[in-house]
Amino acid sequence: MKNKEPLVHLVKRSDISSGKAWIIRGIAILASLVFCGLLTLAIAKVNPIKLYSAMFEGNFGSKRRIWVLLSNISALLGLSIAVTPAFKMRCWNLGAEGQCLAGALATTACMILLGGKVANPLLWAIMLVSAVLAGAIWGFIPAFFKARYGTNETLFTLMMNYVATQLVAYFIVIWETTKGSANIGVINQRTEAGWLPVIGGQRYLLNVLIIAALTIFMFIYLKYTKHGYEIDVVGESEKTARYIGINVRNVIMRTMLLSGAICGVCGWLLVGSTNHTLTTSLTSGYGFTAVMVSWLSRFDPLIMIFSSFLLIFMNKGASEVASSLSLNESYGDILTGIVLFFLIGCEFFINYRVIFRKKNAEVSEKKEA
Amino acid sequence: MKKILALVLALCMVFALAACGQAAAPAAQEAAPAQEAAPAAEEAAPAEEAAAPAVKVGLIFLHDENSTYDANFLNAAKEVFEANGMVEGTDFIIKTQIPEDQTCEDTALDLVDQGCNVIFSDSYGHQSYMLAAAKECPDVDFISATGDMATAEKLANYHNAFADIYMGRFLVGVAAGLKLNEMIESGKITADQAKMGYVGAYTYAEVISGYTSFYLGAKSVCPSVTMDVTFTGSWYDETAEKAAAQSLIDGGCVLLSQHADSYGAPTACAEAGVPDVSYNLDTSDAGPDTYLASSRINWAPYFQYILDCKASGTAIDEDWCGTLEGGSVEVISISEANAAPGTIEKVAEVKAALLDGSIKVFDTATYTVGGETQTSYMANAIGGDFDPDTEAIVDGVFAESKFRSAPYFDVQIDGITLLDTAF
Repeated sequence: MKNKEPLVHLVKRSDISSGKAWIIRGIAILASLVFCGLLTLAIAKVNPIKLYSAMFEGNFGSKRRIWVLLSNISALLGLSIAVTPAFKMRCWNLGAEGQCLAGALATTACMILLGGKVANPLLWAIMLVSAVLAGAIWGFIPAFFKARYGTNETLFTLMMNYVATQLVAYFIVIWETTKGSANIGVINQRTEAGWLPVIGGQRYLLNVLIIAALTIFMFIYLKYTKHGYEIDVVGESEKTARYIGINVRNVIMRTMLLSGAICGVCGWLLVGSTNHTLTTSLTSGYGFTAVMVSWLSRFDPLIMIFSSFLLIFMNKGASEVASSLSLNESYGDILTGIVLFFLIGCEFFINYRVIFRKKNAEVSEKKEA
Repeated sequence: MKKILALVLALCMVFALAACGQAAAPAAQEAAPAQEAAPAAEEAAPAEEAAAPAVKVGLIFLHDENSTYDANFLNAAKEVFEANGMVEGTDFIIKTQIPEDQTCEDTALDLVDQGCNVIFSDSYGHQSYMLAAAKECPDVDFISATGDMATAEKLANYHNAFADIYMGRFLVGVAAGLKLNEMIESGKITADQAKMGYVGAYTYAEVISGYTSFYLGAKSVCPSVTMDVTFTGSWYDETAEKAAAQSLIDGGCVLLSQHADSYGAPTACAEAGVPDVSYNLDTSDAGPDTYLASSRINWAPYFQYILDCKASGTAIDEDWCGTLEGGSVEVISISEANAAPGTIEKVAEVKAALLDGSIKVFDTATYTVGGETQTSYMANAIGGDFDPDTEAIVDGVFAESKFRSAPYFDVQIDGITLLDTAF
């Protein structure tokens, strides 16, 4: 064999324009949808057009559905925003579930114990403060140990999730409405004490507004503030950060406090505004999905709006597909998985150029030239 | 390391590309008409509504057909609706995997938007959200099966439904007792060793009522029987249920039953060769040599009742309770191979006695509490809360499911040992 070039070789590219990168991502999404359609045709013998229209219907079919869509996007976006500052610092906060549940638990406690005893606006404030504190503490514990003793935050935050879930399960048994039912039902259903206000007759508008504000705040915080700069530097290199006089420990703890606090706000909204109940599955697993949203969006809060929309769109669409085309609900998860596979896979093409072996003649010509 | 990762990713993408390379062309053509199809469907909708029958049912399920509990509802609903010429998707809509939170209310209201005039949910935890939806749409009937709020709420369009399932438990209990007798007679165990085990979910009244009636059924034919009960803290947790069943078997239980929705306990019994009485489903496929019998609530009569009510324009019962007589409570099957000889005849005889009233399940003469006969008990039979509000002992019988369809027998009787009550 004489010096034969491999069939395919990869070249790392760092020069791709962001416009081109987004075109590749767009193509990946379209390709994944096409693939979903064909798979549905092959497996379930359902016309792909019906599939797409059902997905569209499931999200935009009625005013109510659009609001539910917005509400779900807010919930996912909120947690994505929350984990982002920590991620940007290369601190893997996988504890959004737990931090959100801690906030939700604190909110529930206020609603149950103080409901009807203090005026509603005051109660809302107390709920918010305790939720923020609970979430922040839940985020601070792993941060403290990381900053002080160099523990691994990935495992620590992950395990804090289970502690929070078990705590919630414990308090559900304490507050259950009927002995043994393990269910606390709608909190203060008659009095609506502690229920966050409904703005303009739209139940979910409050969530949307608050999360929108948080998104803008986070965008500015990361991009234009000193804190944001410090997070960037610590994320790039702790040693550099130390060299230029940044107190790395403080930055880690401060950022995780912020991360946990925003999770707490999400918990406050989930209990106080959306659900008015507490269950161990309150977060719908969004705390983990948020990790993906944040990564997919390259830690950019504005792009996260789109990423979380895409994931929720798939999720709601799949649910409609399940009921209107009589497919199992799990089929929706398969479709979402396919889209994610394409989307994550396309990052490969953004980072690498794939070069196929050209015909021998051409190669030698090029070499000579 | 990075190179290997890059290579693996490249391989993945090559496969993905190969797969969608063929796909791209035809689908691109199909994508365009998709947008046109949407408005067309909307135009067709009003025409369909005019021709549709007077009833359109929306069904909300906590899980899907993989849970024995939800499958029991799903199958009955489909069977009845299809027998009445109703088409899934147009005359009834099924929504599965609906959690017990705001999603339930949103889904219920969305079903109303789609033209449903009866909304049914199958899980206890859905009820507060169904109630909220009922308040919002007074013209639509909302049914929260196994719920307990209707008797207290008194809302014209909010209903509960359950059945006298304790009678079904009693009947399979008889089959269990006969099996124990057979084991005693054959010398396999002594009369003192006749200890049954029961895997429960929570210390919820429905579960307590269930295991107590099962125990009383066994005791009616095998007086020396005792029972251990353990709780898993979940309605569906295959691993926990199997482990609980195994620990009961290790603790000397010679026959098992369950009130939890998975195959956990039947599988553990099959592996240990211990006879098993199941719930909601014939689990003989999991334990061909150990399955004895199973009971369930058959929801078909109730679904038919809803259709009849809607057709005749009569109001749906605020709190409907299905009966053994009406076919809502049934013994699914008794395994001739595994049950003691004569079990089928004996169970039929006891069933007749339950129907004519000569046997009462919770007859205070058949059990004691703290060594004494129960003469008075204030049960929480109105609404779902902790208030003891109703005298439940009527003429020497605990009147189960009489004041409210959802069970409220929550007494700890002698002979049953609770191994843990954490849940």
